[in-house]
Amino acid sequence: MVLYLISVGLSVTMGLMGFVNLAHGVFAMAGGYVVTSLMSRWGMPFVPALLAAAVAVSLASIPIERVLYRRLYGGEELDQVLLTMGLVFMSVAGATYIWGPLQQPLQPPAWLSGAVDLGIRSFPAYRSFLILCGAALVTALWLGIERTRFGARVRASVDNLRMAQSVGIDTSRLFMTTFALGSGLAGLGGGLGADLLAINPSYALQNLAYFLIVVAVGGLGSIRGPFVAALLLGISDSGFKYLLPEFGAFFIYALTMAILLWRPRGLFGRA
Amino acid sequence: MNTPALETRGVYKSFDALTVANAIDFRLERGARHALIGPNGAGKTTFVELVTGGLQPSAGQIHLDGADITGLPQAARVKRGLVRTFQITALFRRLSVLENVTLAVCERQGVGGGLFRPAGHHRAAIEEAHTLLEQLGLEDESVRPVNMLAYGRQRLIEIAVSLALSPKVLLLDEPAAGVPSSESGTIIEVIERLPSDIAVLIIEHDMDLVFRLAQRITVLVQGSILVEGPREAIAADPEVRRVYLGERDPG
Amino acid sequence: MTPSRAVEAFARRHRYHPFEALPWLAAVASYFVFPDYLALGAQILATILFAMSADLVLGYAGIVTLGHAAFFGTGAYTAGILAANGWGEPISGLLAGATAAAFLGFLSGLVVLRTTGLALLMQTLVVATLVAEAANKASFITGGDDGLQGMEVWPIFGWFRFDLFGHTSYAYCLAVLFLCWLAARQIVHSPFGRSLTGIRENVRRMHAIGAPVALRRLVIYTISAALAGVSGALIAETTQFVSLSFLSLERSGTVLIMLIIGGVGRLYGAFIGVPLYMVAQNRFSEIDPVYWYFWIGLLMVLVVVFARGGVLGLFDRFRR
Repeated sequence: MVLYLISVGLSVTMGLMGFVNLAHGVFAMAGGYVVTSLMSRWGMPFVPALLAAAVAVSLASIPIERVLYRRLYGGEELDQVLLTMGLVFMSVAGATYIWGPLQQPLQPPAWLSGAVDLGIRSFPAYRSFLILCGAALVTALWLGIERTRFGARVRASVDNLRMAQSVGIDTSRLFMTTFALGSGLAGLGGGLGADLLAINPSYALQNLAYFLIVVAVGGLGSIRGPFVAALLLGISDSGFKYLLPEFGAFFIYALTMAILLWRPRGLFGRA
Repeated sequence: MNTPALETRGVYKSFDALTVANAIDFRLERGARHALIGPNGAGKTTFVELVTGGLQPSAGQIHLDGADITGLPQAARVKRGLVRTFQITALFRRLSVLENVTLAVCERQGVGGGLFRPAGHHRAAIEEAHTLLEQLGLEDESVRPVNMLAYGRQRLIEIAVSLALSPKVLLLDEPAAGVPSSESGTIIEVIERLPSDIAVLIIEHDMDLVFRLAQRITVLVQGSILVEGPREAIAADPEVRRVYLGERDPG
Repeated sequence: MTPSRAVEAFARRHRYHPFEALPWLAAVASYFVFPDYLALGAQILATILFAMSADLVLGYAGIVTLGHAAFFGTGAYTAGILAANGWGEPISGLLAGATAAAFLGFLSGLVVLRTTGLALLMQTLVVATLVAEAANKASFITGGDDGLQGMEVWPIFGWFRFDLFGHTSYAYCLAVLFLCWLAARQIVHSPFGRSLTGIRENVRRMHAIGAPVALRRLVIYTISAALAGVSGALIAETTQFVSLSFLSLERSGTVLIMLIIGGVGRLYGAFIGVPLYMVAQNRFSEIDPVYWYFWIGLLMVLVVVFARGGVLGLFDRFRR
């Protein structure tokens, strides 16, 4: 579910701008670092720290988009891969410099630890909260995209960029806003999920494969896609590990491959 | 010798609710000079895509020289002599003119996939390409990269490449599109000089061009054939006039 | 240009140019000039082969892949496993590695090459991750996290033993690289190779001239995989060790970096980018590994923004 939060921004960015952003994990990592730093050094409570992280990362992503990414829109994939890979490497070094090489622990607030008893079963509170957040987010995003004018413009641009431009939509501002939104979400996800995906300097590299898989399976440019994909992959992962523990993550990748074979553009991707 | 060079029977294509080609029965006779016209969005380029293999029809058959090619991929159709040009020039922009045409010649000769001899050793192919360029008046620019040539010259190279494939049926998709009138004269001359054994179908908007080059005309409107017949009959047909009423010549 | 001169120029383009002897002269000279660095030199030569194989798919056919290390690692593990289980003959080890990698390349190519662009990129990543995970789980053969232990490589032709100083390794890698380079050069200048450039420049047009595009892409993908497998086997044999890092995303990414520094799609980019990168890495990692990451990242960003064609691209710009 954490994967969803982080990956939905990537899905939209890649689907909308056709831009391979391997550095998306960097924004998630930044969010995670901000949250843990705010909480441990300034004693800020969990939720405000999360929001602060999301906003901070969102704002920080804007100059990066303007200065660097913008040059490569519509360009060759290789260039985008390399640029963002370069950013990932720089982030690894930067994070190590600022925060040191060790993992940053996250102390979830008291109201999230322990279990929630729903009568039938008790669920771990933290994970339930994550799922709730994911569900809330997908609904909010879906409403936002389907019902607002902003969302309509985004959808139009995703469908047909040139048409959207000729109709008068300011696509570069749209890109900037969407990118900032996606990055902010990533930051939020990074902070929220810091317990599951440990915050350390190699975060962006280690988890890159996961983000890309969720987006690939879910489908580029779709909001629901990564949600379903994250859910599907999460459940299958637990299932496989329960049934056939010796094989570990192998089946997840095999499942991903199978899905991509059947639907090369992802479950909800546009052809 | 009644077999048409190209024939479609009941070709039908729809995307969900939108029908872009509706029961099209079309015949292109051998050695024909045939034009396909129609207002914007009539489905002319779609038709070309269906015939050449870029799109699969939802129903219907396509026959080339009597043989059913409906299931064949585009490259296989090209090998059988069904060649097209593109409305928006599709060339290897950073390669030289000579190389563009030579690539086509090599494919036709079946040596395009050769791994063991250098391309330079295939002199016959290179010289054939060069001869073709000479015939079209392009030999002076043969070593320049395509993207440095005027657009009108690029359209000519489009035609050169298609001729390099020894077509039996040639589909020209708006050959003069986007070309300033100072350069379109050469293109028209080249088309007029095409060998008479090639069946030529021209998609065009420019009525002057159509009436100059074509002997038979098919009018396509919203995916269906409105009317078909000899040039003079179509020119006089009131239905056709109505369809084009208000249509400005974009050329 | 008069007609025959245009044709002549085209017909002669594949002939050997004196400049092309430079890398080989440099390589041979290095053997004598840097006797203490032969082990590193052997690694560099083998990696040049790896980068060259990636250039074939990336620079010529335009297939962007993040999973080339899968073929590298497959070749390495094949040769390694043979050597660790009693068959240490190096040249047949190379061939076995090449075959295994080619096989993987063929199978994965059938699947992966059906798409292009982002979808293709993702699929190459998934394949590589699959292979890496399989190698991890099959630790009873591969040694898993600890790496493959107990490789024993026999002397080449029964005579040239692999020593600690790298004399044999260097010459071995140089010879293999040379042979593979000859093959790659041949491919690039053949009609097949030219058609790859066509596929990269304008796929629609390639279909429209009757070229079997899917087949050509599959063939170059398989060949490239085979060469990558050879390079992996070379490294395995000369270091007598294989680890999971041979299959990593980082390895795939690094080869892209090295290639872009030198210049993609010119066959010689590998010869420039790899030594530059590896020598620099060798130096900087000793000083401060963290900063190595930073500078290489920065370099990548700068190269993409300012110097798209890499070093060879800069040369071109100066010539004009």
